[in-house]
Amino acid sequence: MADMNNTAVIDEIKPINKVTFKQRMISYKRKPLSLVMLLLVALAAVLSAAALVFIIVYVLVRGIPNLTPELFALTYNSDNVSCMPSIINTIVLTLLTLLIAVPFGIGAAIYLAEYAKKGNKLVKVIRTMAETLAGIPSIVYGLFGMLFFVYALNWGYSLLAGAFTLAIMVLPTIMRTTEEALLTVPDSYREGSYGLGAGKLRTIVRIILPSAMPGILAGVILAVGRIVGETAALIYTYGSATGYATGLLNSGRSLAVHMYVLTNEGLHTDQAWGTAVVLLVLVFGINTLSAFIAKKLGNKKG
Amino acid sequence: MDKFTIDNMNLYYGKFHALKDVTLHMPKNKITAFIGPSGCGKSTLLKSLNRMNDLVEGCKITGDIRLDGADIYGDIDINVLRKRVGMVFQKANPFPMSVYDNIAFGPRTHGIKKKSELDQIVEQSLRDAAIWDELKDRLKKSALGLSGGQQQRLCIARALAVKPEVLLMDEATSALDPISTGKIEELCLKLKDEYTIIMVTHNMQQALRISDNTAFFLLGEMVEYNSTDAVFSSPQDKRTEEYITGRFG
Ligand SMILES: Nc1ncnc2c1ncn2[C@@H]1O[C@H](COP(=O)(O)OP(=O)(O)OP(=O)(O)O)[C@@H](O)[C@H]1O
Ligand SMILES: [Mg+2]
Repeated sequence: MADMNNTAVIDEIKPINKVTFKQRMISYKRKPLSLVMLLLVALAAVLSAAALVFIIVYVLVRGIPNLTPELFALTYNSDNVSCMPSIINTIVLTLLTLLIAVPFGIGAAIYLAEYAKKGNKLVKVIRTMAETLAGIPSIVYGLFGMLFFVYALNWGYSLLAGAFTLAIMVLPTIMRTTEEALLTVPDSYREGSYGLGAGKLRTIVRIILPSAMPGILAGVILAVGRIVGETAALIYTYGSATGYATGLLNSGRSLAVHMYVLTNEGLHTDQAWGTAVVLLVLVFGINTLSAFIAKKLGNKKG
Repeated sequence: MDKFTIDNMNLYYGKFHALKDVTLHMPKNKITAFIGPSGCGKSTLLKSLNRMNDLVEGCKITGDIRLDGADIYGDIDINVLRKRVGMVFQKANPFPMSVYDNIAFGPRTHGIKKKSELDQIVEQSLRDAAIWDELKDRLKKSALGLSGGQQQRLCIARALAVKPEVLLMDEATSALDPISTGKIEELCLKLKDEYTIIMVTHNMQQALRISDNTAFFLLGEMVEYNSTDAVFSSPQDKRTEEYITGRFG
């Protein structure tokens, strides 16, 4: 205990258990293959990182000079092509989609992991279905959303149609990640809780869900990424109206769709780059926020 | 008076016959020890007493098991049964929360909300489990950061906190040092006045030191059940004798 306060002393210690360059070279000489392996994986890591950094830097370089005040004007017109309505629309759309998808996804996962019997046929069917649905391209969801929500239910191109379509799209993701997170909670926690006379509900709410929370949130973050980045499914359901979607049945465009339209029209390529920077920042912000929430929730149980 | 009575009980894990026609009556306010080689069914029997086996898919039980004369597999509230029959598991299983919350989880489950009352229960339980001095400054720290032996005593404290009538202890001291083991044994002897204790142990001396009655199991069969003195000094069955003498070296 006394030593712990003496960090200055600890910093100056020369540990004997440090692997020196020379020691490494000795072992590589005996096993040259492991040096080759090291170089290969290091190369893979560097190249992957480089590709990412290149894209981000490229977007920033092209986009930042175009971040003019007009781009953030409160109202859109075809001169300023403001992305402000799209930012707000994206946030509202994301929240509404999560509001629909998260309770169903988590609920279904709780049923599969905690209530259904292990060998249950229905469980296998649901699981296979979820896996299949997770792999379907988003445009298929868009087409379905258009035929069902937009036309059959007559909601038109609307926030509601977009949110429901995206909710169905991200539901399998949330369900599967949540189920996986629940299954990694050790059975000994369940035994401990039941052994104290706690019922199923209390065990799930107090013990299992808190332990699985980081995994569940990882699924939600993944879902947010897909929602924010989605274009194909939204063009057919949410439409591309340029204003704020103030009502559930109003059409609007999300940031990604906005960018797609700008690029497609070819008249505002510079502003499209600026919008890309905004999208980048938005995704980054949402991820940081989610990680922060995950950490908060994780700390509470510790 | 018998606290727990088991009559003609059989247990199957799927097709595997894990307990064969066990009949065993365990008296109130006594310590009953289950001994026998690994895999003979001691934990399985213990878990049947608080219906922990309900969680195992494909586990089938026949026969009659009664607590204070009432059929525990009859129309009873399982959660109440598990409150009355507490359990310390073979592997320490603290919840991923603070030391305090671990202990308070049981009492909170059963409706105790008042902070002062919970504080008092937490302290008393930790004291009983011989770990208060080590943990009193770490009540808010995660229980997962404790050493294996500390976790085991924490689990004992957690079981005591709901004030059960029967305490099932599955090798509760196997991960503890001699001093903590001694303290837990002392605790068992003290708790005997109020509780009925049923324990599994691989430590023959421990069974001899603290248990009143001992049951010896082999391959799912209960070979011998008698007062601990009788089992150890004059075992009736050849297999019991071989087992305990083998253990004593
Ligand atoms: N959940 C289960 N499913 C199938 N078989 C099981 C299960 N639990 C235990 N068994 C089997 O039942 C038998 C008795 O197991 P049990 O855990 O009761 O042994 P034990 O006497 O407690 O052993 P140990 O001293 O090693 O703890 C073993 O053969 C074991 O493989
Ligand atoms: Mg066992």
